[in-house]
Amino acid sequence: MSEAHMKVSDEIAISIENMNKWYGTFHVLRDINLDVQRGERIVICGPSGSGKSTLIRCINALEEHQQGSITVDGTLLSSDVKNIDKVRSEVGMCFQHFNLFPHLTILENCTLAPIWVRKIPKKEAEETAMHFLEKVKIPEQADKYPGQLSGGQQQRVAIARSLCMKPRIMLFDEPTSALDPEMIKEVLDTMIELAEDGMTMLCVTHEMGFARQVANRVIFMDAGQIVEQNEPEEFFNNPQSDRTKLFLSQILGH
Amino acid sequence: MSDTPNIGFVRHEPIPPSAPPIQQAGMVKWMRENLFSNWINSILTILSIYFVAKIILASTPWMWNGVWTTSSLRECREVLQGTSGACWSVLAERWNQMLFGFKYPVEAYWRPTLAFVLLLVCIAPILFQKLPRNMLIFSAIYPFLAFWLIWGGTVLTPVVVAVSLIAGYLAFVKIERLTGFATGLLSGVVAVALVLYLGSFVTAALPEFIALEPVASRDMGGFMLNLILGTVCVSLSIPLGIILALGRQSNMPIIKGICVVFIEFIRGVPLITLLFVANVVLSYFFPPGTNLDLILRVIIMITLFSAAYIAEVIRGGLAALPRGQYEAADSLGLDYPQAMRLIILPQALKISIPGIVNVAVGLFKDTTLVSVISMFDLVGMIRGPISSSTAWTGIYWELYLFAILLFFVVCYGISQYSQWLERQLRTDHH
Repeated sequence: MSEAHMKVSDEIAISIENMNKWYGTFHVLRDINLDVQRGERIVICGPSGSGKSTLIRCINALEEHQQGSITVDGTLLSSDVKNIDKVRSEVGMCFQHFNLFPHLTILENCTLAPIWVRKIPKKEAEETAMHFLEKVKIPEQADKYPGQLSGGQQQRVAIARSLCMKPRIMLFDEPTSALDPEMIKEVLDTMIELAEDGMTMLCVTHEMGFARQVANRVIFMDAGQIVEQNEPEEFFNNPQSDRTKLFLSQILGH
Repeated sequence: MSDTPNIGFVRHEPIPPSAPPIQQAGMVKWMRENLFSNWINSILTILSIYFVAKIILASTPWMWNGVWTTSSLRECREVLQGTSGACWSVLAERWNQMLFGFKYPVEAYWRPTLAFVLLLVCIAPILFQKLPRNMLIFSAIYPFLAFWLIWGGTVLTPVVVAVSLIAGYLAFVKIERLTGFATGLLSGVVAVALVLYLGSFVTAALPEFIALEPVASRDMGGFMLNLILGTVCVSLSIPLGIILALGRQSNMPIIKGICVVFIEFIRGVPLITLLFVANVVLSYFFPPGTNLDLILRVIIMITLFSAAYIAEVIRGGLAALPRGQYEAADSLGLDYPQAMRLIILPQALKISIPGIVNVAVGLFKDTTLVSVISMFDLVGMIRGPISSSTAWTGIYWELYLFAILLFFVVCYGISQYSQWLERQLRTDHH
C-alpha cells in the first residue's frame, strides 16, 4: 500500500468535545474528546460494554448525547432535525447485522436513499449503484434479494449502499462480528480498498490485523472512557496502561 | 504405539452427486400413513367417514328434491306430500329482495349490479401488482361512480365532492411546501369546504343534470348493504388504522395519548352498542336540523371500530421489525415519512396481512349486526320482511343457507387472496 494514497489532511472532519452520555442513570460515555482529521482511519477497540459502539452511533445521532458537543463536517449535532439529517446524509454507516432492507432488491437497497434523499434521477442512481456494486465485487447479485446472499455478500452490499450516498465519512460498527471466518476477509478487503481511496473511517472492530494494516490510530476504550490511543505499531507493541495490556493479551493471546 | 489405529484420512476422489432414492408412492401407502397408521386412527377415520356420509346422505335428497316454482310454503308442502325436500321457491321468488332490499326500485337493479362488477375492476389493480398501473386511475374514480350508480341523483354531486378533494389536495401540497405541514393541512380543509359550499349551489340549481332516479339511503338493503358497508369500512379503516398505529408509537405525548385512549376505548366497547349510538344517540351531537344519513353514521361507527383493531394488528407488525431497520433508514438520512413509507410500513404491513384480513373478514360478517338497528341487510331481510310474510313464515333453512353461501364465497375469497399475497411477498427465501 503506497503512503501517498493514505495521506491525512489537517482539516478536521469530526470534533467531539467533553461529550457525556447516560442510559438512565448509567454513565455510558464519559468526557470523550476526539478530533478526527479528514482521511484518517481510526480503529476503536475495547471490551464489550465499553461504549465503543455507542460512541460511533453518537456521531450520526442514532444515539443522543446529553453533554458536550459533536461537530461533523462543520455541522453541530443538536436536537435540530435539519442538522441531524444533514449529518446523516454525509456520514455512511455499516452495522454488525448489515440491516439491509429485506423487501427490496440489492439494487433498490442501493438506490433508495440517493433517489429519495439526494433527489437523483432513478437512472443515474442505478448507474452509481452498479458502479459501487462492482467496486465491492458483486454486480451480478443486483436483482436478488438480501435473503438470498451470504453474510459476507450482504455486508459488502451494505457498504455499497452507504457509498452510493457519496459520504465523506464512514462508520463501521463491528462489521465482521456476525460473519463466518471464511467471509471476514472479503469484507475486510473491501474496507482496505476504501481506506486506500482516502475515506475517513471510524471502525469498531476486533480485527487487529486490519488495524495494523490500515489504521493511523487505534483507540482503546473501557468503561465509557478513552483509555489509550496511539499509532498501531506503538499501540500493539508498547501498550502503556495495564487495562490495555490485559485486553491485548486476551485477544491476541491464543 | 502400534496399537493405536491410524486415524489419518485424505479424500483424493470427491464423491459425485447422485439422484435421490425413488420414493415409495401411491394411494395405498398414503392412506396407510395418513388414515390408518394405528388402530385409534383407523377407528377415528371410519367414524369420520360414517358421519360425513350420514350428513351427505341426509341432506342431498332434501336439496335435490327441492321445489323451485311454488309461491308459498304451504304450496311447497302440498307438492312434497310429506317427503323430504327443500322449498327453494322462496329463493326464486325473493332473491331480489335478499340482494337489493325490498324498497330498492326493481327497474334500477342494473345500477348496483353494474357497481358491483365495476368494484371488481376497481380492486383488481390494487390486489394484483402485475396489472397495468394506469388502471388505478379507474380505482380512484370508482368510489364517486359507485355512489352515483347506487344512490342516483345528478352526477354533479359526486363530481363536486371529487373536485373538492382534488382542490384540497392541491392546496395542501402548495401551501405545505411554502409554510409547513399544519398550515398546509388547514388550507386543504378550507379548500375542500369552500368547493363543497360553492358546489352545493350548482347541484341545487341543476338537479336533473345527467341524473339517475335518486334512491334514499333507507331504501338500501339486502346483501348490497352488507357489501357497501364492508367495502367502504374496510377501505377507510386500513389507512385510519395505520395512522392510529403510528400515532401510538409516536414520541409526541399528546398524539400518543389520543391514539391510546381512542384505541383502548373502542376495543372496550361492543360493536352493537356503537351501532345503537349511531342509530339513536349520535344525532344529539349534531346541531338540530342536520340529518346525517343513517348509513353514513353506521359507516363512521364501524370504521372507527375496525380501525382500532387494525391499528393493534399493525402495531404488532411494527413491533416485530428489528430496530436495525429503523436505524438503517435513519443512517441513510431518510426523514420520518420516507422511512415509514419506504422501509417500515411495507415490511410491517406484510407481517400484518393475516391479522388485517382476519379483522376485515370479521368486519364484513359483523355488518349483519345492523339488522338489530332495523336496517334491512341480508339477515335483516330474512328475519324481517321475508320470514314475517304470510307466504313464507316458518321457513328458515333455505334462507339461511343462501345467506351462508353468499358470505362464505366472499370471505373464503378474501382469505385465499391473503394467502396468495403472503406467498407473493415472501422475499427471504425463494
